[in-house]
Amino acid sequence: MKFEPVQKKLPPLSPVIRASECGCPPVKNITPADIADELKNETWFAGLIDTPAGPVPQVSTEIKLSERIGHIRARTSSFRMKFSLKPGLYAVGSPVSSSDIFVTANYRLSFDHLRKALEGMNAWILVLDTAGINVWCAAGKGTFGTDELIRRIKLTDIKKYVEHRKLILPQLGAPGINAAEVRRNTGFRLSYGPVRADDIKKYIEKGYTADEEMRLVKFTMKDRAVLIPMEINMIKEKLIYFILAAFLYSALQPEGIIFKDAVTSGYTLITAGIISVAAGAVLTPLLLPFIPFRSFAVKGGITGAVALLIIEHCTGAFSSVNLYFYSAVIILFTLISSYIALQFTGATTYTSLSGVKKEIKYSLPVYIAGFFVSTILLVISKIYEWGYL
Amino acid sequence: MKYFRASDTFQFNAEKCTGCGRCVEVCPHNVFKIENRKAAPVNSDRCMECGACAENCEFGALIVKRGVGCAAAVITGLLRGTEPTCDCSGPSGKCC
Repeated sequence: MKFEPVQKKLPPLSPVIRASECGCPPVKNITPADIADELKNETWFAGLIDTPAGPVPQVSTEIKLSERIGHIRARTSSFRMKFSLKPGLYAVGSPVSSSDIFVTANYRLSFDHLRKALEGMNAWILVLDTAGINVWCAAGKGTFGTDELIRRIKLTDIKKYVEHRKLILPQLGAPGINAAEVRRNTGFRLSYGPVRADDIKKYIEKGYTADEEMRLVKFTMKDRAVLIPMEINMIKEKLIYFILAAFLYSALQPEGIIFKDAVTSGYTLITAGIISVAAGAVLTPLLLPFIPFRSFAVKGGITGAVALLIIEHCTGAFSSVNLYFYSAVIILFTLISSYIALQFTGATTYTSLSGVKKEIKYSLPVYIAGFFVSTILLVISKIYEWGYL
Repeated sequence: MKYFRASDTFQFNAEKCTGCGRCVEVCPHNVFKIENRKAAPVNSDRCMECGACAENCEFGALIVKRGVGCAAAVITGLLRGTEPTCDCSGPSGKCC
């Protein structure tokens, strides 16, 4: 497909150009004092501290209950899109001109992990504008990037606050940052700290070096478990259409749509749907390393098929309808579980783009074929049910 | 946990390498080791193509065709006929 540029009608020429027309927001020098004024109601705001270069907002290193609730909301809902803070320079404790500068994203979970890890220290935090996205995702897109870092160093005038020229970045910010370019442009040398903010104190103790353990990204069962609510949240929106379709299918009679008996038989399809979601979005992520094969589509397919067959074995719910229905359910919902598991690639810490492309190349035709076959089987099942077969 | 080998998108030119160790520092999957004063991609099958090493290599010794391994992004890209995109930075989009 080729995209044509949209021809926009230009407004009549006028000597006065308003900021909204020139396409850029009005340039405003954001001073720490301005920020502080806005921060009065922020839960982490601990007051303003005076430094020779001017006042800087100080952040608390304690995570309050309301903030913990915010963390849970960010993990489970679209609230995470709003869970951000203003970019700029902040202080932990009472930093002086020789104190370390830690760089992070303006997503609250990133910021909160960092400030908690800096408890009892005197340090600076430089928050970049990543549009409220976490460090690693933003680095992948370049918003936690070289340009933004250079811009933020200049906007905050950080050179006035410190005498050294060293920034400590989270290691996972590295995909977006060209350290050499930052040094050429600003004079700041970059050090990449540990992957997890929790290791910062150990990193400093070891003379500002991250050992192999600190540099390695893991993907523990706990790491995977916290991602599950968001996986389900994304499916939730589509579930209502599926339930409607399931009832509609069950209500189809030669005389028309009759909902009288649909509720009981519709539940069989809905049960299969719920099993496939549980298999693809919960079991597959949790048991990830224990399910055979590297492909997520295959992993999800295996989990889905096994879960469906166990339920069938215990209840006979699918085969009791008829053999066509049974086959259709197994094919369709195994593939749905597989597809859901494939979506989990976006949340993992180790999948590559080339690998995902490879998976999609092989699985997409299977999904399409399977969808057609199971649709035909469901139609045959219906005709059989009506007694025409 | 291992995913598919990324060898076709990952190139390392040992001649340009000075052994500075930056790639070892930034790689989240421990792909590199310094051997005989040069980097060696000893675990290249663990590469997730994040591009951190290439972006931070001052000497151009590394080339990675980088990207985010996200199925939703690839499918969105297929549907729109563009490169993989997940609309992370958009105001309404879901994130990777």
